Amino acid sequence: MVEFIARFLRSLRRFLQFFTDCCRWLFCPPFRFGQIAEHIEKIGLQSVPIVALSVFTTGMILSLQLINIMYIFRAETFAGAAVAIAMSRELAPVVTAIVLIAKNGSAMTAEIGSMKVTEQISAMETMAVSPLRYLVVPRIFASILTFPALTAIANAVGVYGGYFVAAHVMGVNSVAYNHTMFFFVDPDDIWTGLVKAAVFGFIVTVICCYHGLQTSGGAKGVGRRTTAAVVLSTVAILVADYIMTFLFIRFLGM
Amino acid sequence: MAETIVKVRNVYKSFGEHKILNGVDLDIEEGKITAVIGKSGTGKSVLLKNIIGILKPDSGEIFFKDRDIAKMNERELLEIRKNIGYLFQDAALFDFMSVEDNIKFPLVEQLGMKNGSELSGRVAELLDLVELPGIEKKFPSELSGGMRKRVGLARAIAVRPKIVLFDEPTTGLDPILAESIDGLIDMVNKELNMTCVVISHDIASVFRHADKIALLYDGVIQFCGTPKDALASNHEVLKHFISNSFRCAASETV
Repeated sequence: MVEFIARFLRSLRRFLQFFTDCCRWLFCPPFRFGQIAEHIEKIGLQSVPIVALSVFTTGMILSLQLINIMYIFRAETFAGAAVAIAMSRELAPVVTAIVLIAKNGSAMTAEIGSMKVTEQISAMETMAVSPLRYLVVPRIFASILTFPALTAIANAVGVYGGYFVAAHVMGVNSVAYNHTMFFFVDPDDIWTGLVKAAVFGFIVTVICCYHGLQTSGGAKGVGRRTTAAVVLSTVAILVADYIMTFLFIRFLGM
Repeated sequence: MAETIVKVRNVYKSFGEHKILNGVDLDIEEGKITAVIGKSGTGKSVLLKNIIGILKPDSGEIFFKDRDIAKMNERELLEIRKNIGYLFQDAALFDFMSVEDNIKFPLVEQLGMKNGSELSGRVAELLDLVELPGIEKKFPSELSGGMRKRVGLARAIAVRPKIVLFDEPTTGLDPILAESIDGLIDMVNKELNMTCVVISHDIASVFRHADKIALLYDGVIQFCGTPKDALASNHEVLKHFISNSFRCAASETV
């Protein structure tokens, strides 16, 4: 037990050191714009269809459930507002982040992890290049930019998914549905969601790259670290989401 | 008498309970080829990784021109590594980059070269040097083991380091390829005036080109001298090691 706690504390110290190093190097030139663009393409553009499909169905399910309940109170037109607010504040950033963890976070850990076990990371160090600056920092920049961008797209697609079910499946008055939506949704709902997405991007990338760089033990080690990175990233964004929601409600009253 | 470029003094290194280096002392003379021999798993690669600062010794000192590598922080290490090239056992080429980009990597990152035609010219020159002209556009997965090692060597000497560390450069190669790699080590030493440290199991090749032989056994350098001294030595382990290696080589030839 004592050994387990000691190992946990050592790992935590290593992670915190890595975390502070990442924060420090983010502000130090050179900024590798070519690499950042490459990662934006990989994380961002290539993920649009899967993110869109995920939030479209999420919007549809949410709308279906809400309309079903609100029918009891004859308030089904308010489902539009509920879907849009829930989507922009919570669902779009969280669902987008979870999809990106599965698609890109796991890939980051596996890529960096296999570089580690084949000594490519050591080779980089012998050539006086910091793997953190070369491999991690451009990915962090790309994630901080693409997570919110994809969340913005997810907002629109998810809201449309809700509208589609309301108007074409459940037979809700579409004009009233849209009217309540635009009346209740505030720009603050949208920007808080985008801020959350940027923070999620940072957290996911730091955790996944950290696990990649800590990989040892061949192909099995890569698999073990990838699983750990995906599980920890998912839990971390949910905890971070709660903390940010609490802070937004407490200090910004929303 | 050649000047000592690297001094290893009383270096200890363990991984958990497993002691690898147990007070290693070694002098590497400038402009010479020093071969480190010993059984598999005796810590020869660990010693090289300590010299370049990828691993830190538990205790002891490693001086590169009177500067203690063991006490350097990451920033100072990056600076010192500009003087040291490293050829990994499996070459450790970046598998996501072409041969050209692999060789350009240290030129761009360490020397800050940006001019495209100058870089391409330098890459072509280095590939000529390792007798692999015209393979710039190939990827590491398309190369044989021997070719990968040659490209690895081209990358290791690209920035003209003062010292090149070779981690088992001939392991896994047929005798003809192994001899050609030996020829390249000689060329790096004699024509490019770089100090070479070679880890090898190939005793015949060590006797052909090394100026000095060091035997690492039980975590300590048990013998260090010229090939002539090694042949004349009464050191039991060394005699056993040499005679066994020559016997194995002879049986392989038959």
